[in-house]
Amino acid sequence: MAFDLKKPTRRQMLIGGGLAGGALLIGVAVSGPSRRDREDEIAAEGGERFVITWLKISPDNVTTVYVPHSDMGQGPITALAMMAAEEMDADWNLVRAEQAPAEPEFANESLGLFITKGRTAPDMLAGAAETLWYNVAKFMSMQITGGSMAVRYTGQHGMRIAGAAAKEMLVKAAAARWDCSTGDCEVRESIVYRKGKNQSATFGELVADAAEYSPSAAPTLKTPDQYRIVGKPTKRFDVPGKVDGTARYGLDARPEGLVYAALRQSPVFGGKVKRYDASEILKRRGVKQVVELPVGVAVIADNFWRAKEAAAALDIEFDDGGNGGVSSASIFEGHEKALTGESTEDKETGDAEGALKNAARVIEASYRVPYLAHATMEPMNCTVWVHDDKAEVWVGNQDPLGTRARIAEMTGVDYDNVKVHPMLLGGGFGRRIPYRAGFSEFPSEIDYAAMIAREVDAPVQLVYTREDDMRHDAYRIAVANRMKAGLDADGNPVAWQNRYVYKDEPAEAPHIPYAVENQSIRYVDNPTSVPRGPWRSVAHTQHTFFNESFMDELAHEAGRDPYDFRMALLKDKPRHRAVLRLAAEKAGYGGTLREGHAFGLAVQQSFETIVAEVLEVSLDEDNRPRVHKVTCAVDCGRVVNPDTAEAQVQSAVIYGLTAALYGQITIEGGAVAQGNFPDYPMVKIAETPVIETHFIDSGAAMGGLGEPGTPPVAPALANAIFKLTGKRIRELPMSIHDLSPASGKFAQAAD
Amino acid sequence: MPISFRVNGKEHTLDVEEDMPLLWALRDELGLTGTKFGCGIAACGACTVQVDGMAMRSCSVPVSYADGSDITTIEGLAATHGAEEGGLSPLQQAWIERQVPQCGYCQSGMLMAVDALLKDNPQPSDDEIGQAITNICRCGSYPRVVAAIRDVTRA
Ligand code: FES
Ligand code: FES
Repeated sequence: MAFDLKKPTRRQMLIGGGLAGGALLIGVAVSGPSRRDREDEIAAEGGERFVITWLKISPDNVTTVYVPHSDMGQGPITALAMMAAEEMDADWNLVRAEQAPAEPEFANESLGLFITKGRTAPDMLAGAAETLWYNVAKFMSMQITGGSMAVRYTGQHGMRIAGAAAKEMLVKAAAARWDCSTGDCEVRESIVYRKGKNQSATFGELVADAAEYSPSAAPTLKTPDQYRIVGKPTKRFDVPGKVDGTARYGLDARPEGLVYAALRQSPVFGGKVKRYDASEILKRRGVKQVVELPVGVAVIADNFWRAKEAAAALDIEFDDGGNGGVSSASIFEGHEKALTGESTEDKETGDAEGALKNAARVIEASYRVPYLAHATMEPMNCTVWVHDDKAEVWVGNQDPLGTRARIAEMTGVDYDNVKVHPMLLGGGFGRRIPYRAGFSEFPSEIDYAAMIAREVDAPVQLVYTREDDMRHDAYRIAVANRMKAGLDADGNPVAWQNRYVYKDEPAEAPHIPYAVENQSIRYVDNPTSVPRGPWRSVAHTQHTFFNESFMDELAHEAGRDPYDFRMALLKDKPRHRAVLRLAAEKAGYGGTLREGHAFGLAVQQSFETIVAEVLEVSLDEDNRPRVHKVTCAVDCGRVVNPDTAEAQVQSAVIYGLTAALYGQITIEGGAVAQGNFPDYPMVKIAETPVIETHFIDSGAAMGGLGEPGTPPVAPALANAIFKLTGKRIRELPMSIHDLSPASGKFAQAAD
Repeated sequence: MPISFRVNGKEHTLDVEEDMPLLWALRDELGLTGTKFGCGIAACGACTVQVDGMAMRSCSVPVSYADGSDITTIEGLAATHGAEEGGLSPLQQAWIERQVPQCGYCQSGMLMAVDALLKDNPQPSDDEIGQAITNICRCGSYPRVVAAIRDVTRA
């Protein structure tokens, strides 16, 4: 859904909070549409501001950076603190970072920028826009962590400026104290020195004086050659608590008097409770009450196990809301039908139709991908306590502030009386967002927790079992497409036609970087009863599989090496060429491989980062694909923390590999057929390939890192399988295909 | 029937159903939240604890089975290696050095499983690690898990 937003003034503005509790507080705010009165109070002058960053420098010389993003394990809190500390010239050992509380003061401006840059709203928010409280202005202030935006927006626009402005104020204070010019001062490791004199003062000693100055709206920023912190492998703040059991996730919230809720929901999407009889289970030990929800019944007990056992034993019947006949087969049938009908323009250049007519050769193929669950390691959960016209919430998710608004809406408690305690997230990947498309039919666990809490006189923790989590996700959509391309007599592509199902976010995901003159990319829709949501890298997952596999088909049809073929078509894309070349070089692409091994490659730009991956693959004795090595080349502009950057790419590759090899959620009888890890298998240590990551420091605008490593995996794997077997995999996952030589289904002859 | 066991050296007596999984006794009865729930069917390893030194997936161990035994959870792992209050075992230290955890949710179970493996087999081969450590990490921390194990076994 596109939001027609007026561009807010993007003037960045600093507000010096002055002294608070003896510490110097500096915030970065930007002008934007009005949302609540609170911002007016905070703003130094009239008008509205969204504060995106707070820096606090205490008299003990400790700098605390408040980061308005959730940390799902990808290290944004540490990376953002590094960016602020860099500009301040702070001593890293004296820097602390904390996730900002879910207060409007910490609204996430970066999402606003994301939208106002002329893009459409991330699809995950589309459903939310229909709800009453939710309007465009509020939209501007969500603390969403997604779309790989933490470092590239909040960091670039907030952290660096706050850090630089703080330094300027501290230097002014020092210069005044020593009666010298600011040019006579220099800063190292949280201490201001007077050049050539034996005078120095720590930041902490200067905070009271510094608070007298107003921060500059345009402080001087460092150039990359001056960086001492950014670009160095840096240990994350959150790691120690994650090795000794002290880290507290949503599921670990233990407010006094806590009770637990387990759900018995309609397995069929859109189903409702027909009847139930709780009298038997209410006699069970520890079971306190039941709460009826539109889609099921929650059982409340003093221990989660008691709650879930009772929920499983509940005598209940559902009606299927008319969706009982929906299956993966019927959904794909609908897709295929839609693909032959009217389509809407996505991108049209040249005359693809005409070029196809005149092409020396026309190649056609259709592709499919299944639904995918997120399967975060920590199942969904949310703890809510409604008492004395107040609500308290304990949850780890990608949007604490949005959660706060949602809880207010659902409990009827005034927004100002809702307190969110952000907890750690046991994985996000796009799942932990309090809204989803088609909200009215598919409430989230946050909504359920709020509905339950209204009826329970204690803090109540709703926990999804793994089965609940897998069967009531917001899935990566199952889609199909039809590809058609024309080659001229020399094997050069002259036409590229793509008809696909469902226009998802980001808008550019279906487009190709290759110089093909005539392109016709169009889409159709075929709405289903299955909830959908963003899944690590969103629409790039399906489109990269489609496009990069088909590009490989064209290369083989043209009798050219897939690498050379791509390089020739990327002649105007130097950054793409550089990553592809680097990945190929480091992998030894083109060299001799061990008998029975083959390379496959793919490249994709997503969230401003370009990633090329070369996979070395063989088949094991049971003819199952075995990935030995993944060589990645990544251009994300600049790397803030190389240590977490590498970890994120590894993570994204393994996530993509799991999906490519095994990932499929199927619909039977209107419900998800899979329920737990044995049906939805995961790559484990034994199947983990060697993953090598090489970064290119191109200095381009910073791109994301949490997601872009995922999309190239599936096509690179399929391309390697083609090399090995001559079978073109056009439907994921790999595990549904018989790759034995005897299977004999040659979809495309190998060269 | 009351069930008694020691958890991290501390004696506990619980009056709960015999078939309550140890996981929920630890988390919801004793408040030891370091041990995590991931699947409930012994398929992910997030709930791994050590029962008399053996790695076990506590979601699938009835609490009655643990009667009379010595249980170690992540909260008590360091102490079993003689670390002082607030200290860490060498494996936990290697986890920090290598920055293994991402979201971190699987890591309690991962550490408990690896710790048990290394007690049995102080020099596991890559294949042995792959066979013994079947814990799921959805964040894909596996390369660093193996690297951290190597740091300890080489030391
Ligand atoms: S929760 Fe016990 S193995 Fe997954
Ligand atoms: S670190 Fe997130 S699941 Fe392992």
